[in-house]
This record gives sequence, structure tokens and C-alpha cells, in this order.
Amino acid sequence: MTRSRFNIFRFAVPQNFYPLAGKLAPIFAVTAAVLFLAGLWISFFIAPTDAQQGEVYRVIFIHVPAAWMSMFIYLVMAFWSAVGLVFNTRLSAMMAHALAPTGAMFCFVALWTGALWGRPTWGAYWVWDARLTSQLLLLFLYFGYIALINAIDDPRRADKAGAILALVGAINVPIIYFSVKWWNTLHQGASVSLTKAPSMATTMLMGMLVMAFAAWAYTIAVTLWRVRSLILERERNAEWVNEELDRLEAAA
Amino acid sequence: MNWGSAEAFWNMGGAATFVWGSYAVTLIVIVVELILLFQRRKNTVSRLLRLRRGRSARRQPANVSESP
Amino acid sequence: MKARQKRLTLIVAGLLLLGGAAALILNAFQDNLVFFHTPTEVAEGKAPTGRTFRVGGLVEAGSIKRAADGITVNFVVTDTAKSIPVSYSGPLPDLFREGKGAVVQGKLAADGHFEASEVLAKHDENYMPPEAQHAVDQAHEASRTMSQ
Repeated sequence: MTRSRFNIFRFAVPQNFYPLAGKLAPIFAVTAAVLFLAGLWISFFIAPTDAQQGEVYRVIFIHVPAAWMSMFIYLVMAFWSAVGLVFNTRLSAMMAHALAPTGAMFCFVALWTGALWGRPTWGAYWVWDARLTSQLLLLFLYFGYIALINAIDDPRRADKAGAILALVGAINVPIIYFSVKWWNTLHQGASVSLTKAPSMATTMLMGMLVMAFAAWAYTIAVTLWRVRSLILERERNAEWVNEELDRLEAAA
Repeated sequence: MNWGSAEAFWNMGGAATFVWGSYAVTLIVIVVELILLFQRRKNTVSRLLRLRRGRSARRQPANVSESP
Repeated sequence: MKARQKRLTLIVAGLLLLGGAAALILNAFQDNLVFFHTPTEVAEGKAPTGRTFRVGGLVEAGSIKRAADGITVNFVVTDTAKSIPVSYSGPLPDLFREGKGAVVQGKLAADGHFEASEVLAKHDENYMPPEAQHAVDQAHEASRTMSQ
């Protein structure tokens, strides 16, 4: 265990990652709470009314960060799944598992807020255009992934099956993102992208970005906490878990 | 500041249902996720403790010496 | 190391295959994935005029007219190249405005006008305060009078 120099791969070992996650999670949770409150303040009190839509556009401060997060989390899940398949590391599969529920949550939020935003602006809660349909597919992919890994008892096989679904499903993410460019959709194009200047007033953009960073911090905190439970479950026969249980029993 | 009064704020320019419906449901699902998260932690720990007690009851605890 | 490389190659090959398959499928279904057709496509006969379909474009400025019965609304949907006259009776979304985007669902009548059963507003991705919008409109107006 004693190693002379710092090695990042040390934290690929569940035993080392568990206490690290325990230390980092509260930091990210506090960051998320602060950013979330700041984001709410900007969203309602600093960002001005929209010329076209009036106040209803304020749904954007949740809708867009949630939609970004739902796509990004799926890509990170696919990344960890690939790492797990290639290097056979235990922790990477656990990371993928820990991300899925939060991804599904953000995906649901994006769809829900989208529906509530669509009714007063477009005139419909739901339409089957390419953007909305592919985002709905993403929600089903999350549900499918969670159901699949829970349906298989052998953890190794569950990891593998889940990883394959995560990787295959990742194709859907660029489809969601580019759907508004590739096809005629009712959904408008991106207001913020890497290729052009944002088509939003600065304070509106600020509100959206602060909320997006809050969502990031929240995701990291929640994932780290969830992966700690997963690590305990998976490593329950290891001596260090035994010692951790001693500590938890004494504290209780 | 965008709002002349608290009433104007809650009214959201007539879009109260849609704006507050979005924010409220988001808050609810976040709270639900956090509750589930900590419940899971509690369940995991108590399950593992139960398992351990069951094991040590069956055979004398083979106290493994500190692993290197 | 050998086994690891083999697995990696397999995964990459699998992903490439899947990506290719997805691209082919998407290409094949391209026509079904569009939410609406443009007036130009309708004029070229590319829209499924036999059944209910959707037409999208801008609501031509000055084209919205209430019919004498007070319920039916007539307007023109244009993509600046071609345009289609539309008639509709029902509730219109708040963002349905002249000069803005709209998607109408319905059927093409014998006389060439479009009988809509549903009207949706399609807004753009620009968000700005009313003062900024006013400035943009004025600049737009100025450039138009200059070029005339």
C-alpha cells in the first residue's frame, strides 16, 4: 500500500476511492446548493423578461441545464462502461451504475419542463418531432439500463450487459443534439453552442450557465454518494469493508 | 428587479402554472432522489451488518490479522 | 495486454458497425423524421398531399384575416420562395404572430388552399429583453430603408 509517489490509478481501487468519495461529496453538495440559489436569484430577479415570450421563458433556466445534463451523463456512463469493458476495472462499472438514476432524473425534468413550456408557446404539450422523440428515447434507455443491471444477478454479467446497452445507446445522444439541425423540427435550434455566439441576453445566459454548473456539482455529489453504497455492496467480503462496518456500527 | 409586487412575482405574467409547475416538480424529484439516496445508504449498511452478524453466529469469527 | 487490445478492437469495430447501421437507417427514414414540409416542397409535390400532413414556415406579414363568421382565420404560410394560403378555425397559440414561424397540420383542399386542423407556433432560439428587441427591429428597419 505504501507508495512513494502520488499515483492517480491508486483511486481506481475501490478501497481507496471510497474514503475519497466520502470527502469530496459534501464539498460538491455545498457547491451545488450555493450555485443553485445563485442561479435561482439570477433566473427570477436579474434576467429580464423575454421580448417574444414574456415570463414563461424562465422555464429555460431549468429546461436547458437538465437537458444538457441528461445527455452528458449518458456519455459519461458510456465512457465508464467502455473503460470497464476494456480494462476490466471494477470501479468503472460502479460509476456507470451510480450515474444512471441521476441521468434519468434530469431526462425526466427536461421532458416535463419542456411540456410545460411547449403548451403556452407552441400550443402543444407534446409533438412527435425528432428532438422530442429522441429525448424520450433517452429516458427509455436510462430506464432500460437500470432495469437490465438490476435484472441480472451475477454482477460481472450485469456490468457487461449494462455496458453494451450504454455504448449502443450513446448513439442517440448526438442524434438528440443535432436533430434540430438535421430535420425540420418544431423545437427551436440551440441558443448556446460552440460554433456561434449565444443568441441570448448576457444575464439570461449567465442564469442558464450558473444553473448548469449547479447541476454538474449536484450530479457529482449524488454520484459519489451513490457509488459509496455500491462499493460497500460489491466489496462486502473485503477486510477493509469489515473494518468500515465496525466503525459504522460503533457510530450508530 | 423585474417585479413590482410579490403578487406580480407569483403571477409570472400569467404563466404561473407553467413556470411554477416546472420549478416545483424539479424540486420534488431532486428531493425524492436525495431521500432515496440516503435510504439506500442506510439499507446497505444495515443489510451488511445483518449479514455479518449472521455469519459470525454460524462460525467463530476467524479474526483475520491486519492486511498489509 | 494482448487480450485488452483485442477487446478494445472488438468494441471499436462494434461501435463503428452500429454507427454505420444507425446512419443508414436514419438516412432511409429521413422523410418520415421531418416534422413538417416547407411550402416549396409542397409546390414541388414532395409532400404527402393525399393525407394529413404539416406545413411549416413564416406567417406572412399582413396576411392574418378573420373571416366574416368570426371563427375562421385566414393567413399565408411562406418560406419566402413559395407560399400557401391557410384557413383555420380554433384556438391559436400565444406566439402565433405575423412574421413569426408556424406549423400547421391539415389537408390540401381542391382549390389549393390548406385547411388546417391544428396550428402550432414555432419560435426561434433568440432570447432578449424587450428594449433589445426594439433596438434590433429599428436597426432592421433602418437597413431596409437604406437598401431601398
